[in-house]
This record gives sequence, C-alpha cells and structure tokens, in this order.
Amino acid sequence: MAEEKSKAMNVSLEATAKAAADTRAVAEFRNVSRIYRMGDNEVHALDDVSCRFNAGDYWAIMGSSGSGKSTMLNLLGCIDRPTNGEYYVSGTAVSTLNDDDLSELRGRHIGFIFQSFNLIPQLNVLENILVPRFYLEDPGIGLVERARDIAERVGLGSRTDHRPRELSGGQQQRVAIARALINDPSLLLADEATGNLDTQTTEEILELFDELHSDGMTILLVTHEEEVGKRAEQVMRLKDGAIESVAYNRPTIQR
Amino acid sequence: MIKNPFLRTFSLGVKSLLLHKLRSGLTTLGMLFGVASVVAMLAIGEGASKEAQDQIKQLGSNNIILRSVKPLEESNSNQSTRVSVYGLTDGDFARIVDTYPWAEDVVPVRILQQEVRFGERSLNPRVLATTAKYQSVTGRPMLEGRFLTESDEETVSNVCVLDYEIARYLFPFRSPINERIKIGADYFLVVGVMLPRVPIGEANQAAPGEEVTGEVILPASTGRKWFGDMQVKIRAGSRDMEQVDLHEIIVGVDSSENVPAAAAAAREMLDRTHRERDYEIVVPLELLLREQATKRIFKIVLASIAGISLLVGGIGIMNVMLATVTERTREIGVRRALGAKKRHIVMQFLVETIVLSVGGGVLGIALGLTIPEVVAAYTDMQPVVTPAAPILAFAISVGTGLLFGMYPAWRAANMDPVEALRHE
Ligand SMILES: Nc1ncnc2c1ncn2[C@@H]1O[C@H](COP(=O)(O)OP(=O)(O)O)[C@@H](O)[C@H]1O
Ligand SMILES: [Mg+2]
Repeated sequence: MAEEKSKAMNVSLEATAKAAADTRAVAEFRNVSRIYRMGDNEVHALDDVSCRFNAGDYWAIMGSSGSGKSTMLNLLGCIDRPTNGEYYVSGTAVSTLNDDDLSELRGRHIGFIFQSFNLIPQLNVLENILVPRFYLEDPGIGLVERARDIAERVGLGSRTDHRPRELSGGQQQRVAIARALINDPSLLLADEATGNLDTQTTEEILELFDELHSDGMTILLVTHEEEVGKRAEQVMRLKDGAIESVAYNRPTIQR
Repeated sequence: MIKNPFLRTFSLGVKSLLLHKLRSGLTTLGMLFGVASVVAMLAIGEGASKEAQDQIKQLGSNNIILRSVKPLEESNSNQSTRVSVYGLTDGDFARIVDTYPWAEDVVPVRILQQEVRFGERSLNPRVLATTAKYQSVTGRPMLEGRFLTESDEETVSNVCVLDYEIARYLFPFRSPINERIKIGADYFLVVGVMLPRVPIGEANQAAPGEEVTGEVILPASTGRKWFGDMQVKIRAGSRDMEQVDLHEIIVGVDSSENVPAAAAAAREMLDRTHRERDYEIVVPLELLLREQATKRIFKIVLASIAGISLLVGGIGIMNVMLATVTERTREIGVRRALGAKKRHIVMQFLVETIVLSVGGGVLGIALGLTIPEVVAAYTDMQPVVTPAAPILAFAISVGTGLLFGMYPAWRAANMDPVEALRHE
C-alpha cells in the first residue's frame, strides 16, 4: 500500500462506485445512512452518502454545526456503524465484523485525534502514547524506543515523563497525535483537532499535519474553520447529512 | 514501562485509585473492617469453644458421672436436728459393677467435709475418698510422688494425695511428700501431688469465699474407717446431718461408641431404683456433642454476620466503582476508540475493584490477627487463630471484589463508544 500512497490523489464522487475494487481506497462509503431515532423522531445525521478516501489523501470535512461531520468521522473510525449502506475499510466490509474485530481494526488502522485531546490523566506522556499499542494482540518489542521516536517526531522532545496536566494544550495535542501514530495507522482522523487551541498553536499543529501528509499519511480533518480547511488538499462540505460539494484547494502535487 | 500485561493493568488500577485517595481509602476501610471482624470473631469463637471443649474433655469423654443431689427439702421441717438420707448407694455401685459389661472402671467417690491442717496452715477443701482407679478414669497426671494404690485400699492406710494448689498452700517452700498432714483428727502421710486442673462446670465449683481450690484424696476404705457414713453440718441454730453412701460414681466406659448406650442404661437403672430424683447423670460426651452443635450454630451466626459486613463492604466498593465508571466514561470511550476490546475494559475495572477489596482484605487480616492478641493480653480469654481464617478472609475479599466489580466493569465495557466520547 505504501507505494500507492503517493499517486492516490485523484478522486471524484462519480468515479467512486466504479472503482469499488480499487485497493487504493482506504475508506469507502456506499449509500451510508446514519439515522438517530429519538422517540417518534428520526434524525438523518447522514443520508445516503457515497464517497471514498484514497491512501495519501488529505481531506478537510467541513460544514455547519449539526451537518453530520462528527457522525461521518465516527463511522469512518469504526466506533459507530451505519444504519443503512456499507462501509469498507481497506476493502473490508465493516458490517461483517464483530465488536472485537472492530476494536482490533481501530487499533491497527485508525488514529484518532480529538478536540479535547482526551489524554489519560493517570498516565505519563510515554504511557499515553503507548496505550493503543498495548491493546494489540501482539504489541511487539522496542516499544519505548518507538514511542520516544514518535514523541521526537511530533515535537515533544524529551518531555515524556510528564503527566498530561503538566503540559500546555498544544503539547497535549502533540501527545495525542503521537498516540494516534504509534500503531502506524492507514487513516488519521481528527475531529476539530485545533478547536481548543490558539492561532499560534493551531498553526504549529497544522504544520505537523502537513509534514505527516508529505510523509504519505492519509488524513481526514473535520473542521468548521475555513483557515484550517484551506490547509487540506481537498474539501468536502456537508449539509444536513449529505455531501454538498467536493473541491480541490490546490493542484495535486505530483511526487 | 511495564511489559507484563497483567502488571500493567494492575499498575494502572493503582494509579487510577490514587487519583482519588480519600475515596479509595474510605472504600478500603469498609472492606478492612468487614474482613477484620471476620478474622477476629473466628479466632474468639474458636477460642471460646476450645475452652469449653477442653473443660469437658477433662471430665473424660469416655466417662459417665453419676452424682448425688440433695432433693428439695420439705418446707415444714423446723426441727433443729435433721437427718437426710439420699443419693447414690453402695447398692447402685455394686449393680453397675456386676451388670454392665462396658463398665471398664467403676470408681466410687465420697466427699468428706473435713479440715486439713499442717502446722499453722489449715484449709477446708473437698476431701475425696476413692479408689486407685480414680486417677486412670480422670486421666489426671501426677506432679510428684504416686497416686493411691490397691494395697493402700486393702491395708486401709492413712495416706493421701494432694492437689497442686493445696500442696502449695500447705507447703509453700518444700515438697509435701512423706510429710504428715492432719485431716479431721488424724494424721495422713502425703504420698503424691497431682497436677492442677481447670475448675469444672457448675456441679463442683469451689464454695464461696474459698480461695484455694483442689482436693485431698485418700483411700475409700480409710475414709470410711475414720469418718463414717454420717456427715454433720452445723449451721446457725441447727444441725444438718447427711447420710450419703457415695457422692459420685465415675463409670469409665470401654469405648466412646458405648457411651450413649451406657448413659441410657444408667439413667434407666437409677430411675428404677431411686424413688426420688436424688441423683444426676453427667455425660461429658453428650456435653461435648452439644458444645459442638453450639459451635456449629455459632459458626453459622458468625458467617451470617461476616456475610452482612462483607456485603456492606462489597456494596460500598460497587457504589464507588459505579461512580468511577461514570466519572471516567470519556476515558472508556477514548480507550475503546484506541482499540480496547470489551474484555480489556472489563479487566481494567475489575482489577481496580480487586485492588480495593484485596487491599482492604489484607489490611483487615492484619487487624483481625491483632485483635485476638489484644484480647488475649487484656482478658483471660484465649482466642485461637486457625490458619484457615486468614486464607478464608483473603479468598472472601477476592471474591467480594470479583462479585461486586463485575457489574460496574460490565457497564463500562458495554458503553457505546460514541456516547462515551461525547460524555462531559
Ligand atoms: N446520539 C445522537 N442522538 C440523536 N441525535 C444525534 C446524535 N448524535 C448526533 N445527532 C444529530 O445528528 C446530526 C449530526 O450531528 P453531528 O454529526 O454531531 O454534527 P456536527 O459534528 O457536524 O456538528 C445533528 O442533528 C445531531 O443533533
Ligand atoms: Mg461535531
């Protein structure tokens, strides 16, 4: 898959259905709906959405509050299941997986980054980074070195003994990014990852995303800030649970 | 970084509990007192029961003891001199010796009221006139010298054996062996001293005001020769005369299986030959069985109390764990999103609960083992700590943790990850 990442930049909604078997697709929705039932009311948080995200893509998913961005991200991250339709992760239909399989899939293929960092307060930086690793069936060896490398890479330096509350928001988000990267995911999902950060720190985190993207990481960024959305290569706009538009921010860089 | 998954979960549990030190501490206290009370009560109960059983065993569990009991007096007897004749007779003794094959030893005992004196020191102990078999039937060991023998009986010798306490009172600084003491009006050669025994039951308690307990034992034939059949008690303005053949007959039964049958036969025989109930029958084995039954009931009561206190401790733990789970809903959601399976979450919270309950349990065992020491030091009760008690208490605390941790852990594991992540 790594070889394919660099060329996987051209996606269009029309091509989605045809290219179903295309192995470059990291994630693909086919007629996905997510309906919340509240008493007699039905909320169509996502309504018959089809789209696909290829390896190496850098997407911003935008839309007003309540448009279904988080719902989409939860489905993409396999912490939620579609009410209707099918979701394929690297070619695997999610509906065929049981709860344990889904956990394993999340651990191996998906890196989550949250708005409020969501670090585990009783663990130090290094331990926080390694949390997803220890949920794998086989965590492997050399974990501490690996965690230190990643901490270094996201710009945490040597602050690996600190507890989360001893860190600034930007540093905490760096820990969260390191944690999302520890298992080498094929998809990095960020829900309003810069929503709690000041402009300066937001810029630093976005630069980090740029770096990760240029290293070939597939990134899906949910945001309602236009400034943030501009940093992605492609922008998907949602409205009332449906895709309103898909656009390129700048020409695809051929590498 | 801890490599072992269990140790890592354990360390995480401890870290999480330390986030709320006061709450975890108070929860542990609930468990601590529950377990401590179980261990301490077991030890005290065991000790109390052992004491009672030891006392009964000293009567001889293969023995049946027949005792003369003075029947209730008629209220209109106002004479200044009365003679009451009652109790076990020489005829009863002979019948038992002749009739019952399982009666291995049959020992007659007469209790004489006589002053015992050596030099300046005097006492009014129970003076027993009995036979050589008294020692084997009661199983009482000698401290020094010898017990009475058959030949003492045959030759009607003026010899006697002293209980340890009496010997010590009369001869504070030397051995009484081969000394002559005065019993009543005559002199007796001391031939032996017996080891002390714990005072037994209600029937032969020391008279009030009597400080020195114990007995002076002399041959039955000698007793009859010097002191006759009649005992005279002088009370204010009246003289009570009592004529009792034998105050006790101790029957040593050949095996404990025959004890119930022997007891029944003896009851039946005495019931037939005595017009009044001027006797009682003490069967130590029956007392022992009754004591064991009491102990069983005691244990059931104890188990219930222990169960309730542990239930309270367990509910306390469950309560705190449910609060913890609610409080850490978001952490659970995050962990699930990061790849934790349900069983990982179950393990995490279960381990936390068990750390609480076992932590409390271990401290409780320590306290529970200290309480019996304190009781032993400040009272004359002797609690007995059986090795099973701490092991049981430990197992119970693990069990409580598992039982009461199961539901909160299950609740945590079955949270919807999306909902959990949205939780504030
Ligand atoms: N658990 C839920 N129960 C009911 N309705 C929900 C739930 N989650 C989301 N919704 C609804 O689904 C719609 C989309 O929500 P969401 O995906 O969170 O929007 P966004 O992230 O774009 O603000 C909203 O109308 C919201 O009220
Ligand atoms: Mg949202």
